[in-house]
Amino acid sequence: MPVILITDALIFLLIAVGIVFGLYAARHEHLRGPWRQVGRSPVAVAALVVMLFYVGIGVLDSLHFHPRIEPLAEVGSPAATVNEADAVTGPDGKTTPDEQGTDASGSQRSAEQAQEITQAKDTISAAEPGASAPTYSTQIISVLDLLLSGLRERQEKTFSAPFATHLFVKEAIEQPDGSVVRAYPRLEHGGAHLEDPSQRSFDLLFRGLFGAIKGLMVWTAIMAGLIALLGWRRRQSFNDTATALWRGETAVPWRVVLITLAIMLVLSFTAAELGAKYHILGTDKVGEDVFYQSLKSIRTGLVIGTLTTLVMLPAAILLGIMAGYLGGRTDDVIQYLYTTLNSIPGVLLIAAAILMLQVYMTNNADQFESLVERADLRLLFLCIILGVTSWTGLCRLLRGESLKLREVDYVQAARALGVRHSTVIARHILPNVLHIVMITVVLDFSGLVLAEAVLSYVNIGVDPTMNSWGNMINSARLELARDPIVWWSLAAAFLFMFTLVLAANLLADVVRDAFDPRLRSAS
Amino acid sequence: MRDALLQVSNLTAELGGDERPVRVCDGVGFAIRRGETMALLGESGCGKSMTALALMRLLPLGGRIVSGSVQLAGRELLTLTEREMRTVRGGGMGMIFQEPQTSLNPVLRVGDQIAEAVRLHGRLPRRRVTERVVELLRAVGIPDPARRASEYPHQLSGGMKQRVMIAMALAGDPQLLIADEPTTALDVTIQAQVLQLLKGLQRETGMAVLLITHDLGVVAETADRLAVMYAGQIVEQASVDAFFAQPAHPYSRKLLESVPSAGKRRGELAVIPGRVPPLDQAFEGCRFADRCPFVMETCRSGRIEWYQPNTEQWVRCLLWADPRSRFLPDEPGASPAAVGSDQVSEDARTDADALLVIEGLKVHFPIQKGLFRRTVGHVKAVDGVDLHIKPGQTLALVGESGCGKTTVGKGILQLEPPTGGQVRYTGVDLTRIAARQMRPYRKDLQIIFQDPFASMNPRMLVGDIVGEGMQSLGIERGRVPRRRRVAELLEQVGIGAQAMDRYPHEFSGGQRQRICIARALAVEPKVIVCDEPTSALDVSVQAQILNLLKRLQQELGLSYLFITHDISVVSYLAQEVAVMYLGRVVEQGTAAEVLDDPRHPYTKALLSAVPSMDKAGRREIIRLEGDMPSPSAPPVGCHFHPRCPEALPECRQAYPASVPITETHRAHCIRVDDQR
Repeated sequence: MPVILITDALIFLLIAVGIVFGLYAARHEHLRGPWRQVGRSPVAVAALVVMLFYVGIGVLDSLHFHPRIEPLAEVGSPAATVNEADAVTGPDGKTTPDEQGTDASGSQRSAEQAQEITQAKDTISAAEPGASAPTYSTQIISVLDLLLSGLRERQEKTFSAPFATHLFVKEAIEQPDGSVVRAYPRLEHGGAHLEDPSQRSFDLLFRGLFGAIKGLMVWTAIMAGLIALLGWRRRQSFNDTATALWRGETAVPWRVVLITLAIMLVLSFTAAELGAKYHILGTDKVGEDVFYQSLKSIRTGLVIGTLTTLVMLPAAILLGIMAGYLGGRTDDVIQYLYTTLNSIPGVLLIAAAILMLQVYMTNNADQFESLVERADLRLLFLCIILGVTSWTGLCRLLRGESLKLREVDYVQAARALGVRHSTVIARHILPNVLHIVMITVVLDFSGLVLAEAVLSYVNIGVDPTMNSWGNMINSARLELARDPIVWWSLAAAFLFMFTLVLAANLLADVVRDAFDPRLRSAS
Repeated sequence: MRDALLQVSNLTAELGGDERPVRVCDGVGFAIRRGETMALLGESGCGKSMTALALMRLLPLGGRIVSGSVQLAGRELLTLTEREMRTVRGGGMGMIFQEPQTSLNPVLRVGDQIAEAVRLHGRLPRRRVTERVVELLRAVGIPDPARRASEYPHQLSGGMKQRVMIAMALAGDPQLLIADEPTTALDVTIQAQVLQLLKGLQRETGMAVLLITHDLGVVAETADRLAVMYAGQIVEQASVDAFFAQPAHPYSRKLLESVPSAGKRRGELAVIPGRVPPLDQAFEGCRFADRCPFVMETCRSGRIEWYQPNTEQWVRCLLWADPRSRFLPDEPGASPAAVGSDQVSEDARTDADALLVIEGLKVHFPIQKGLFRRTVGHVKAVDGVDLHIKPGQTLALVGESGCGKTTVGKGILQLEPPTGGQVRYTGVDLTRIAARQMRPYRKDLQIIFQDPFASMNPRMLVGDIVGEGMQSLGIERGRVPRRRRVAELLEQVGIGAQAMDRYPHEFSGGQRQRICIARALAVEPKVIVCDEPTSALDVSVQAQILNLLKRLQQELGLSYLFITHDISVVSYLAQEVAVMYLGRVVEQGTAAEVLDDPRHPYTKALLSAVPSMDKAGRREIIRLEGDMPSPSAPPVGCHFHPRCPEALPECRQAYPASVPITETHRAHCIRVDDQR
């Protein structure tokens, strides 16, 4: 049964807006030209391919549904989940957070997991009488979860290093002969298929190569399809197109696209192949796969980076243009509004808003059907509050530009022709400030992804149960203080965030160069 | 020439990539003697400025000199190292630029900037540097030079800044001064001051001047010899007297003919069809052949050599290949036929009732200060202007920049809300009615702007731009009839209907101005305010636009309020003239009365400052002291008295009333009667 969370709906809206804008831009040369220039930049297309992978994962993770509970598995599977969860939370399932000491988020998480387990138990008991009708779990999972169910379900006891076969901490193991030794126990899943752990390097090499070959095969298929399509459009033979493409003679640098695609595909398939048998980025404190967490965090990062913009854009555009174009009292009011808002420290405002929301959610827990919904609302709220604190910059830019445009001859001519103010704004001002909006949106994206990490780190970001790079870094704070050091959570979050932000920044640079009228006139 | 100071031969420079290099100057050769002024004349895009930059070896990035030689006082410049070249720049050759506003660093004191130039070209002790700066400022005619040296550029007026630039160029005692359109950005009275200054300096120091300009009047008044540039080539070289007596190249001749003047009122101005060809192609034969009325078979191939029609003239044109030819033949098929019966219609309309009456129009801009935006004063941009625009006639509003003439235009159209006075159109006072009631009158009053590049939304198609007014005023609501009407209009202004689906940036300046005219015409107006519609255009393109405006006036019976600073355009186009100074009209009358018999001292000075090609018709330049005062604090009494050469003590008492001279001619001056 599909579930559409609020952020999901907004993501679909954003995609729709993107498509509509794309169609609009395709018909207007002043927008199509710069985008074409972006498409011809090797750096930009490489960045776009990388970002497409991220967006793909994010979209898959936004298709939520209640999984169907199979009548057969009804008794076994959920119970197993419960048992497993019980095993994870263990004795502190019902304890107060204080016992956990400084690791507040960890405690919260286990407390909430415990809550979910109780809910799950309720569901089972509720589902049992009407077993004939299809029943759905109250749990909400996404398509990505389904695809990664292997990663999601293969939990260990606690920390394990990347590609490890043994746990990272010593445990008391009861030997068959009854004696107890403290040693590193074998992992339940990671490398469990190996009879002898010393074969690990050979196995890794073999599986890695196998994954890479699979990736290359998929890549070859895509390349052949692309060349055939290009050849058909250019009315050239397959061979000619292929030669032109590999010599870099095409207008769009398809060669760069294909090379980037090859790297990404080989990496993905290798990771998939290895991830089926190992924890390629290790496991965290409660034994969850870090690779899975990193992949789940992508959606959070993208949502923060894009929805915030969506939230702030209408206000910034409308108020900015109105202030600049209408002037007078309107200008004064809007200027005072954003000057006031700007002088409140952003973090303070965000902290206040998030803490208020948290109190509200605790007091009205019954309004939320599941933890996922709660976390989602908090994410949306974070987007809104980030938007409220960040629209002023764009608003100020737009006010300045409209102020200039108001005096430009063609606006004066339109007024002399009796064109209404609303029409002047829509027809003359807005299209001529759109490049500023575009540049700001792309530049803000990476800043917002990073802002999420910082806010989650100080505990006023997304919900602690939600996977996000900020939460991963936050939990890695204490792990780094351990001896021996647990570095992989931080490294994984860093790697994924870095790749996304780097790609976004590279793209932003090209977009800005393409749309900035001063740079365009210089060339 | 043996005694040449600067000898340029076969100079060829290119810009841009190797695949399609733009050959900005191609085989340019000329010589300048000591103490001589040589003018380089041509329209924009002909490579004048690039030639000057090539001489200084200051071509923009990607530019290179391909071949040729430049010798300054016998020293070859093109083989010098960059270090040696630096001593030549400033020391051997000084340069002044068109825009004094952007040539000075706004955060440094004027004196420091000149001192920098002084220090570069001679090791003077520190005390001597300051003295030298003051000396230079005095030499360029800046009053109170010691005080001015410690001021910042924004405290100086445009004319002052150009003087400072000249002072900087003089700091190294150059033998040759290259002046790149030195007065284009300045008003006529200031232009006259600067040109006089250049002449005086030349007399004193004996330096040579290379004057780059597009203004034939300036050339006629200041230069000794000239070279005409077309499409990167010099096509004619002559002494100024010989050139203005009989230009040898068809391009030169067309250029001269396209300058508007009172004598050409009856007919159309000569226009050159087409435009300057882009310079990124390989030329074969004469570059002007495609636009030339005398083009022959032989023009299209081979290299065109230099011919010498007389001792003082050289021309690159095959018409002179035959040594017997002495005169350029008359243009085939062209006759200066009168367009319509201008004179008759003028007389018939003189006593018609005014269509648009402006009485006591005031537009004041408040100066606000402090936290609560208290109004502490007003900039009186327009301060009581009376004008009458008659149907089918042109009223020219003349004045220097900053006198408020553009604001008058905007005030009439209610684009700037007037502070006081009346704008009566068919008996309705437009200043009293609400914005919504104004809409029906928008149809009748239209405006054309100065800058053809800024007056169209770059994001809209030409068809939509022209149709915008019809749509908003509900004249033609349907899409299909509107497009048909737009196509008609575009044909009418000579652009062609196929322009409808293109963007404004695909058109040249003159074509854009035509589209702007079509946009104004679309709502079938009665009065069009033309705000300097030709001042951003080259003279041959200006002629096309003026012809079009005149034709449209005759066909459609339009009235124009023609705002301009160009007296020659006024004398060609206008029936009546009003001269503005500091927000007020100082003299008003028919074109003949005001231009031939000016009574107000300001009008006299303004007219005398206009450079003229006609030597006999040249007046003694009345030099005005100082600059126009700020309209926020106009002088007490007559606004003009601090600069007036004829001022009396009474002028300080009160603003003079309007004194009638004839039935139509009036001036605001107490001395009008003295001269009668």
